[in-house]
Amino acid sequence: MNKAALASSLGSPSAFGQSQFAFMRGNAFEARVKADGGAELLRLVHEKLDAGSEPPVAGLVPDLAAVGPEGRAARTALALREATEAGAWTLLDHPMLALDVAGSPAYLEPDAVVVHPDGSWTVVEIKSFPMLDGSADAAKVGAAARQSAVYVLALERVADRLTPAPEVRHSVLLVCPKDFSNLPTASAVDVRKQRSVTRRQLDRLTRIEDIADALPEGTCFAPDLPTPDLTAAVESVPATYAPECLSTCELAFHCRDRSRTEGAVTSLGRSLRAELGGLTTVDDVLSAARGDSGDPADPAVAALRRAAELRAEALGGREGLRSEVPGRTPC
Amino acid sequence: MSLITTLARLEAVDTGRAQPLATVRHRHLSERPLVFVPLTTAGEAGAPLGALVGTDRDAPRLLVVPQPRDRDLRFAFLAELAGVVLPYIDACGEDVEAAERTETDPETGKRVKVEVELCADAPQLIVPSRAGIEFVRLLGRSMRFRRTAEQDPETPHPAPPHVPLLGRWLTHYGERARVPGSALLLALTDVVSRHWATGQSSLEDQHLGALLAWIDPPENESGAEAALRAELRRDAKGQLLCPPAGPATDPAFDNKLLAPAIERYDRARTALAAAEDGLQADDRLGELTAAEREIRELVDSRTRPTWDAVWHGLDLLRTLPEGTHAADRWTRDRWSFTGHRDRVLAGEPPQPRRDDAVTAANKLATREREQARLEAQEALDDPLVMAGRRLAGEAFAGEVTDIVMAYSESKRPSPRPLVTIRTDDRPHLAERAKVYRSLGGKPQAAEFVEYVEGEADGADIDTGGRSIVLRIVDKMGRGKEPESGSVPEKGDLVCFTLFEHEQRGGAKLPDPEDTPWTHGGPPGEATHPPADPVTEEDVL
Amino acid sequence: MTTTTAVFDPGAEATRATDAILRDTLHGTHRGVVVDSPPGAGKSTLVVRAALELADAGRPLMVIAQTNAQVDDLVLRLAEKRPGLPVGRLHSSDPDPYDKALDDLPNVRKSAKAGDLAGLDVVISTAAKWAHVKGVEPWGHAIVDEAYQMRSDALLAVAGLFERALFVGDPGQLDPFAIVGSEQWAGLSYDPSASAVTTLLAHNPQLPQHRLPVSWRLPASAAPLVSAAFYPYTPFRSGTDHDDRRLDFAIPSDGSGPDRVIDEAAESGWGLLELPARHTPRTDPEAVGALAQVVRRLLDRGGAATSERSPDPTPLTADRIAVGTAHRDQAAAVRSALSELGADDVTVDTANRLQGREYDVTVVLHPLSGRPDATAFHLETGRLCVLASRHRHACIVISRAGVPALLDDHPSTEPVQLGVPLKFPDGWEANHAVLSHLAEHRVPWQP
Repeated sequence: MNKAALASSLGSPSAFGQSQFAFMRGNAFEARVKADGGAELLRLVHEKLDAGSEPPVAGLVPDLAAVGPEGRAARTALALREATEAGAWTLLDHPMLALDVAGSPAYLEPDAVVVHPDGSWTVVEIKSFPMLDGSADAAKVGAAARQSAVYVLALERVADRLTPAPEVRHSVLLVCPKDFSNLPTASAVDVRKQRSVTRRQLDRLTRIEDIADALPEGTCFAPDLPTPDLTAAVESVPATYAPECLSTCELAFHCRDRSRTEGAVTSLGRSLRAELGGLTTVDDVLSAARGDSGDPADPAVAALRRAAELRAEALGGREGLRSEVPGRTPC
Repeated sequence: MSLITTLARLEAVDTGRAQPLATVRHRHLSERPLVFVPLTTAGEAGAPLGALVGTDRDAPRLLVVPQPRDRDLRFAFLAELAGVVLPYIDACGEDVEAAERTETDPETGKRVKVEVELCADAPQLIVPSRAGIEFVRLLGRSMRFRRTAEQDPETPHPAPPHVPLLGRWLTHYGERARVPGSALLLALTDVVSRHWATGQSSLEDQHLGALLAWIDPPENESGAEAALRAELRRDAKGQLLCPPAGPATDPAFDNKLLAPAIERYDRARTALAAAEDGLQADDRLGELTAAEREIRELVDSRTRPTWDAVWHGLDLLRTLPEGTHAADRWTRDRWSFTGHRDRVLAGEPPQPRRDDAVTAANKLATREREQARLEAQEALDDPLVMAGRRLAGEAFAGEVTDIVMAYSESKRPSPRPLVTIRTDDRPHLAERAKVYRSLGGKPQAAEFVEYVEGEADGADIDTGGRSIVLRIVDKMGRGKEPESGSVPEKGDLVCFTLFEHEQRGGAKLPDPEDTPWTHGGPPGEATHPPADPVTEEDVL
Repeated sequence: MTTTTAVFDPGAEATRATDAILRDTLHGTHRGVVVDSPPGAGKSTLVVRAALELADAGRPLMVIAQTNAQVDDLVLRLAEKRPGLPVGRLHSSDPDPYDKALDDLPNVRKSAKAGDLAGLDVVISTAAKWAHVKGVEPWGHAIVDEAYQMRSDALLAVAGLFERALFVGDPGQLDPFAIVGSEQWAGLSYDPSASAVTTLLAHNPQLPQHRLPVSWRLPASAAPLVSAAFYPYTPFRSGTDHDDRRLDFAIPSDGSGPDRVIDEAAESGWGLLELPARHTPRTDPEAVGALAQVVRRLLDRGGAATSERSPDPTPLTADRIAVGTAHRDQAAAVRSALSELGADDVTVDTANRLQGREYDVTVVLHPLSGRPDATAFHLETGRLCVLASRHRHACIVISRAGVPALLDDHPSTEPVQLGVPLKFPDGWEANHAVLSHLAEHRVPWQP
C-alpha cells in the first residue's frame, strides 16, 4: 500500500520524502557495516552478544537469491538450517521471512540475521541515526525495537519447524554510526517487551489496516488477497487522527483536515479529551462551558463552567492581545 | 493540560486567533539577546550547513559551509561562529558586581559568607525551536574536546583557536536550558507557546511560522488560515514558502536546490585543483566563488524568514510585562553564567562526556527544586496561572468573613488568629494541612481547621460555595498582639495556596571523591577526554 | 505406572529462602544482599527478623525506609516482637513528625538528632532524614526497606552511613519517578532517577540476590495471574490452596449487579462489574456510585472470611475492605459517595498510598475505565499491580466496557533507552493479561 501516493491523490500531499544526503549516507553506512563478508558486523555481534564464543574469523555469507518472496523465504529457511547445522558464524544479508497475519502471509526483510556457532540466531538492525557517547534517540530506538520484534517472531516460526528448534535470541543487535563518524558501533537491545506486545497484537488483529500499522515499512502482502476486501477495509477506518500521526503517516494531513472539519477536539491532541468526558467537539465543549448546553450534574460540564469562570475572572476583561505590534509574520 | 488551557485552545479554534495563556511574561528577555538560526545537513550528526547569527536584527551574520562533509570548511564555520559568540559572552563576563555566597570553610567545616563576583548581566541565546537547543548541545559536544595547536602542538588535526572554548560555552548553555525556568538559552517556540494558546496541537506549535501566524495573522486573514499557509504552501518549484525553522531542512530543498548547487561547487573545486596555469586558475577560482555564492544565497533564503520570525516573536513577547519573579530566576541564570566563567578562567577541563554519579544527582535535585519553584512563582505572578491551580484544588481565593483572635497554648502565648474565608473553590485540604499566602512578598503560613457549610456563614450551598477556617501561625511578629497588617481583615480578598512558595534546599550529597561503593566508588581525576578520532569521511 | 510429582510445600520453600537470606546477611562476605519480595510474601516479617538477629549478634543497625508511615510501622512491629529492644526513631523537625502511638513504647527513643540516638541497637528513619545525617561513625549494618521505591540519588546520599546492607523490596510496585526529565542519564549505571536496586546491582553484579517465593497474602486464585502478568521472569506461588480460604455472606444476593459481582468474587476471587461503554471524566459519577454500592453491600450482607489463620470465620468489617483508585480526585469522589451511604470507615486511597497494605477484599476503579485515551501513567504496570494485589480473598474491579478496544487503539510505543536493563513486562501487555482474565468474571451493571 503506497500511502504517499494515496495521500497525493486525496489532495493532501504529505511533507514526507527523504533528503538525498540522508539517503546516500544511510546506504554508504549499511554497505560499510556489511563490507568484507560482514567481518565488522560479526565482530560486533560477537562483542556485544556472544563474547564467550569463539571469535569470528571469516563468516559464511550464503547466497539467498531466489524468485519471488516465497522462493526467497524458502531459500532463507534452508540457509538458516544449514548454518545452524554447520555451527559456524554465518551472516544472512537481507533474508526473507514469512509471517502469517490474520490468515495471510506477510513477507519481511530484516537488514541481517546472524547465526552463532552455538546455532542460535540474532536479528541485526542497521540504522543511520548516531549513537552519541553510548546513547541514542529513544523514540528511534523504540521504533527499531518494535520492528525487530516482528522479525524475531517471524524467525521463531522458522525455528519451530526445525528439530531441535534453534534459539532465537531475544536481544537484537542495533548497529548505528558512532558519535559524529561513519564508523559502526552497536548495542544489544532486549526486545522481549515488544515481542510479547506484537504477539498479542497479531493474535487480536482482525482488521487489515491495523496489520499494516503493526508491521514494519517495506512489508508486502500476498498478492492473492482480494482487492475489494482491501479497499473496503481502508474505507472503514474510523477517523482516529491525533497530532502524533503527522510524524508517522503519509495520510495524516488528509486525516487532519477531516478531523478539523468535524471540529474534533482530538485534532488538538489526544490528552485534551481526558477531562472532557463525553464531549468530543469544539462547539459542544465551548457551548457547555458557556452554560448554553450540557447537564450541570455531569462533572465534566461542571468543571468546564468553573474553568471558564476562573479564566474570565483572571483575565478580568483585559484585552486578549494588543493589536499594535511592529512587524508582521514574514511568511 | 488544565481545563483552563484546553478552553483557551478551543476558543482559539473558535475565533481563529490565539488566546492568552498568561497575563505576564514568565521569562526574562535580555535587552540585547544573541539570536542563532542554524541549519544542519540531513543524515549527518552535527554537520552544520549554515547559520544566521547576531544581536542586530537588521544585520545578521551569514555563515555557510559550502561542502558540509569537508572538515576544514566545518572548522572555518565554527571559528567564524566563535568570532561572533565569544566576544558577546566576554562582554558580559567583564561587567561584575560584588555579591555574597555561603560556602563551607574547608578548615572549620562551618558555613561562612564569602564575597564573590556576580556578572551584572548574562548573555542570552535565542534559537527558533526546541530542535535548535538540541543542535546547540550537539555543536557543543562536537567542539569541546578538540584541541588547538596552541593547547597541544602534537594534535594531528588542530582546531582553530577558540573553537574548543565555544564548545564548552554551548555545552553549558545546553545544560542550563534543561533547568526549569532558566532563560540563558531559549527556544522561541517554547516561550511563545507558554504565553499563547493556538488552535492547533502543541506538536504543531513547534512550527514557528504557524505559531506566530495564529498570534498575529496578516490583515484579512484568520490565524488558522495563515498557519495552514505557513505550514504547507509551496511555490511553483515545490519549495515551502515558509521554510522550516531548522536546523533540519525540507527534503525538497535538499534534493532540488541544495544538492545540485553543492555538486557544482565540488566540480568547480576539483577543476580549480586541476588548473594548469595561473590564468586558468583565475577563471576557475571565479567559478568556484560563484558556486559558493550560490550556496550562500540558498542558505540565506532558508534562514532569513526564520530570523525575521524570531525577532517578531520577541516583539510579541515584549508586549507582556515581565513577571515579578522572572528577575529572581534570571539572577540564578547570572550565577550559573558567572560560575562557568570562573571554571573556564580557573583552567578546569571541559565538561566530561557523561556526568559522574554525584554531578548527575546534584543536577537532578536542582532541576526538581527549580521546577517546584517555577510552578509556585508563576502562580504567584499571574492570576491566570493561579486560576489553574485553584481549579486543580491546589489553591483557593475568597473573601475574609470573620476573624477570631486566639492564642497558642504555651508559656508565652503567641497569636494564632482564626480566619474564616468564604470561597467558591474546592481545595483538597487534608486534616491540619498547611496553606500559604503571600504577605509583602514573603509566605505566611496557616493551618486548615475546618470547613463550615450551610447557614452559619450565610453561604449559598447551591453555588458550591463554602467557608474555610484557617489558623494563621507565623509572620505576626514577636509580641502578644499581631503586628499591624499581618492578619487579614474582614472583607479582605485573600488567596492561599496548598503548595509552598519557597523551596528548601535538599540534603548535601557526598563529594565526588567520596562516591560510595553502591554507586561505583570515586570516579577518578577529571581529565581532558580525547577528541573524537578523525575518520576518512571527514577528509575529502 | 508410577508418577512422581514434586509436591510444592510453601512453608518449606519460604523457610529455605529466609534461612539463606539471613545466612548471607549475618555471615556472608558481600557488602550487600538483595531480596525481591512479591506482594504479601512476608517482607515485613523478614525485615523484623533480620533486625532482631543483627541486634542479638550485637551489631549496630540502621534501618532506612521510604515514608514516615513505613518507619512508624516498623518501629511498632519491632516493639511488638521484642518490647525490651532499645530502638531509636530519628525524625524530622516538622510538626507531628511521628505516629503518637510511639509515645506509649518505653524503649523507643525519639529525636530529630542522630547524636541523641547513638548507641541504641536499632535506629530507624526515612531516607530523606538520613540524608541530613553527617559526621557520624558509620553503622556496621543497614536494612534498606522498600528499596525498589527508593531512588538511586537517595541511596547515594545515605550509602556513606553504613558498611553493608540488606536491600528488601517489591520490584513489581510503582517505580520511583522524577518531576523533571532525566533522559540524559538513562543507561548510566548510576542514573539518579532509577531505583536504588538498579544502581546497586549495576555496580555490584556479584551481590547475592534472593527471592521470597511464596505470597501469603494473595489467594490461590490471584497469585498465578499477578505472577504471570507482573513478574513474568521471577514467578512466585500462593502459600495457600483454593480450599484454604472462603468468603461467605449471610444475606443472599438480591440479584442486583453489585450482589452478583460480590458473589462471583467470593466464589472465584475476582469480579468485574462492567458499566456500559462511555467516555467519562475521571470522576465518572455512575462508576463511583456503582463502586460505593458494592462496598455498601459488602458491609450489609454479613460477610465472613475463613482462612488458614483461624478455624473460625472472621467478620468482614469496614477495616478489612479497601477501595483503590488511580487518581486522588477519584478517591475523593469515592469517599464522598461512601460517606452518603454511611460507609466512611472503609479505606479509600490511590495506588501510591496503598502500597504495602493488605485487606480481605479490595474494590478497584479500573485506571482505564471510561478514558478516551491510555497514557503512560495509566499503563504503568506498577499501578495496576498494586491495585490487583492488596487482597487476601477477593478483588472486585469496576470498569466501563470497552477497555480492551481502548488498549488496541493505543499500542505501546514506548521509547527505548540504550543500556537500560529490562525489568518489567509492558504496561500494555500486562493490562491486556489482567483484562482477559477479568472478562471471565464479568457481571453487567444493573442497579
